[in-house]
Amino acid sequence: MSADPTQVLAFETDCHLFDGCGFDTVSPGLHSFLYEPLWGDADGNGFYFNKPMLLALLGSIIVVGFFWAAFRRPKVVPGKLQMVAETGYDFVRRGIVYETIGKKEGEKYVPLIVSLFFFVWMMNIWSIIPVAQFPVTSIIAYPMVLALIVYILWVSLTFKRHGFVGAFKNFTGYDKSLGAVLPLAMTIEFFSNLLVRPFTHAVRLFANMFAGHTLLVLFTVATWYMLNGIGIAYSGVSFLMTIVMTAFELFIQAVQAYVFVLLTCSYIQGALAEHH
Amino acid sequence: MNLAMILAQEGEKENPLIPPWPELVIGLIAFVIVFGFLAKKLLPTINKVLEERREAIEGGIEKAEAAQTEAHSVLEQYKAQLAEARHEAARLRQEAQEQGATLIAEMRAEGQRQREEIVAAGHAQIEADRKAAASALRQDVGKLATELAGKLVGESLEDHARQSRVIDRFLDELEEKAEAGR
Repeated sequence: MSADPTQVLAFETDCHLFDGCGFDTVSPGLHSFLYEPLWGDADGNGFYFNKPMLLALLGSIIVVGFFWAAFRRPKVVPGKLQMVAETGYDFVRRGIVYETIGKKEGEKYVPLIVSLFFFVWMMNIWSIIPVAQFPVTSIIAYPMVLALIVYILWVSLTFKRHGFVGAFKNFTGYDKSLGAVLPLAMTIEFFSNLLVRPFTHAVRLFANMFAGHTLLVLFTVATWYMLNGIGIAYSGVSFLMTIVMTAFELFIQAVQAYVFVLLTCSYIQGALAEHH
Repeated sequence: MNLAMILAQEGEKENPLIPPWPELVIGLIAFVIVFGFLAKKLLPTINKVLEERREAIEGGIEKAEAAQTEAHSVLEQYKAQLAEARHEAARLRQEAQEQGATLIAEMRAEGQRQREEIVAAGHAQIEADRKAAASALRQDVGKLATELAGKLVGESLEDHARQSRVIDRFLDELEEKAEAGR
């Protein structure tokens, strides 16, 4: 990666439209998601530390710090910060967990879902925070870890609730009325649930953040690239798009965090549900 | 150097779907930090307070309801008492009226009786007086007449055997005359 010449910020290059410099030199791509390690070596198999990792740890500290400040000494008559935190907590608890799993069964999973929601949201928000400007969840490792935790929980819950045969029926969507198609349906369901589901769960979040970040970088870089001669007109449009996309991303970040935990809840609900 | 060349150079390293293990580890640590603090410390604390608040609100509502019920029952009680008092007063008034009426009737009867008694006593007294006066008069008149006749006749009739008879006869005649003259 040290060989990657585009790793420098677009603003630090002198590459402009009409200067005989192609946009592909500065355009964002997969390399936009690779960072030089701040410490260690990424090429070897050893441990290293880079900017997304820093943001991930910083993000969890911010989430914990926020809730620590709000809930450390909670009052029956809440202050402003506690009120805000309570609203967020209540939204996830009532709006997501109780709605999907139910109050009685769901209460146990509230801490996990709340943590997941605010963790993912924070990781997404990094995308538009100045200087950071990188959504940690656009690196597959982070959504994958979360999806894996949910996957393990879901599978073990299914076995615990239904026993081995019951769990197998649950995974394969066993339904006698399907008749001759049953083996095929069961095979498809089995793959869809056990193999594809965790993958899509992680990739849905990852791809959205990946695309969002690419778009933001694209318009930002293009604004600088076209800032030459008549290109200023296009540059203005691109700049406007950067702002619009930033606002749009702010919305998408919340939506994706919401979708991620909503799916988690629906998986848990499926594991707890009786056979149909 | 274009993108295709970069990709070719970096090869599999840039496959965005294959996570390097250090990032998985950091991701796990980052999430465990959040989950640990929230699940073990912060959410139980806030849950306790939320529960307290819910109880406080429900307690307040219950208290208000209890107060309202009590106020209602007290009002009912007062109303009942008031009605009872009114009833009692009416009853007392009625009783007093009745009592007064009987008292007046009794007194009237008593007065009537006393008057009659007095009148009867008066009549008896008058009768007795009249009789006494009549007998006294009769004696006096007899005596006076005898004396007068004795003086006129010159002879004492006092010890005469017929004395009484004569006087009596005379008086009877007088009485008869008086009766006739009436």
